[in-house]
Amino acid sequence: MTQRTEQSPLELLKQRAFLLSAIRDFFRQREVLEVETPVLSSAANTDLQIEVFQTQAIAENNQQAFLRTSPEFFHKRLLVAGSGDIFEIAKVFRRDEATQLHNPEFSLLEWYRLGYKMRDLMAEVVELIQYLRQQFDLPAMPVKHYSYQQIFNDYLDFDPFVVNEAELNQMAQQAGYHGEPLDRTAALDFMFAVQLEPKLEKNQGYLIDHFPIEQAALAQAHPELPDRCLRFEFLWGGIELANGYQELTDANEQLNRFEQDNQNRLAMGKTALPIDQNLIKALQQGLPACSGVAVGVDRLLMCLLGLEDIDQVLAFSANSA
Amino acid sequence: MSVYSTSQFKNGLKILLDGDPYTIVENQEVKPGKGQAFNRVKIKNLKNGRTIEKTFKSGEKVDAADVMEKDMQYLYTDGEFYHFMDPETYEQFEAAKEAVEDCIKWLKEEDICTVVLWNNSPLTVEPPNFVELKITETDPGLRGDTSGGGGKPATLETGAVVQVPLFVPEGEIIKVDTRSGEYVGRVKK
Repeated sequence: MTQRTEQSPLELLKQRAFLLSAIRDFFRQREVLEVETPVLSSAANTDLQIEVFQTQAIAENNQQAFLRTSPEFFHKRLLVAGSGDIFEIAKVFRRDEATQLHNPEFSLLEWYRLGYKMRDLMAEVVELIQYLRQQFDLPAMPVKHYSYQQIFNDYLDFDPFVVNEAELNQMAQQAGYHGEPLDRTAALDFMFAVQLEPKLEKNQGYLIDHFPIEQAALAQAHPELPDRCLRFEFLWGGIELANGYQELTDANEQLNRFEQDNQNRLAMGKTALPIDQNLIKALQQGLPACSGVAVGVDRLLMCLLGLEDIDQVLAFSANSA
Repeated sequence: MSVYSTSQFKNGLKILLDGDPYTIVENQEVKPGKGQAFNRVKIKNLKNGRTIEKTFKSGEKVDAADVMEKDMQYLYTDGEFYHFMDPETYEQFEAAKEAVEDCIKWLKEEDICTVVLWNNSPLTVEPPNFVELKITETDPGLRGDTSGGGGKPATLETGAVVQVPLFVPEGEIIKVDTRSGEYVGRVKK
């Protein structure tokens, strides 16, 4: 393993190497296979809020290529093909994301566990965080577990599954939102990102699960509560570090969601994007029951080192790349 | 009227909100992993100086405020308005009392100051950081006391009152920092 050194601006490259090495050790001990999957794909992520980089075709049978925004589609194809548990430290790309916590090109640690329920994977995320804290000579982190509903109740004093769009807009305006009325999902995003996250304690971990079904992406619906899904996040203080799902295995449902994404994109004046038919085909063959999660590696390093700006942990940020 | 997108937001940008001109003091983009992005800004109302927090959906357009700063010469007051002149174009502007409230006590005729224009009329006036003004009234100090330990109030030719060291006499020209209102030193003429 690479030796860890004390923090100083010139040592950050070594700190990153140390972190990557510690992550690989963690998964080696658990016999999770490291994989590499393509950066370029003929299909795109249709997610409404993620902007994809586009470039020339990779092969003769396609017209254009897209830089991946996540390795998840390839990972599911590997799982269908019988890879077993896998992880990847993947460079991913998202246009128009440059803030204190975003860089258009960043590293995602993505992993999948066969047979894991959402709860099992949530526990493993916390184990990874605690393992890495230990490696970085930090004490174990207290972690609180909330449902999406409970954390809204506790911190913002309302039930996100009961409140209606008009009430949400009224609250948003009182909290300083200026502009056209927000749709329900965007208003909840406002409440979560602008109102709730800044209230969270700095050195506390937060596991939040059972997000609204509209925010499911690739997660299964909740078996008993149809307005919720089996999606979770891990936040370090107010910073979103991990996003995970008990994975949707139903090919038709997945195709419907991609098509709905494209409808939403068109309604917002964006272009529809080519759906990953290879993924749909793989799901039709049968994705084994599994859960998967993605962790922002740059943010993780930032948090472990107590830094506040993602630029501080990048060798070259967007402005100098 | 020109507009700005939130992606152009940066400190110092002048925007129009609910009819008032504001300057952006702080701009923070907030983006949940799977959700709507927002720009959270601290903005200062250029009319009353109050700072407030607002949040915009990223990608929204906001009207630009036609605000600019110009160095101008203070000419005179007619009792109701304060008159300034752009030394380059000789164009004259009149400012209402509210616009000069905080700074007029530092200005004497012919001084150069910064005038903030909104829709081509003075919104606020900022004095130079340092001004040199004559003391028109102050108690006689203690002879030979140059320690600067104590202080006394002194009225300047523009009407401003500042604390000066005990040894500084009436009739002296002194340098004052207008940001803090503090005496800096005597000016040897």
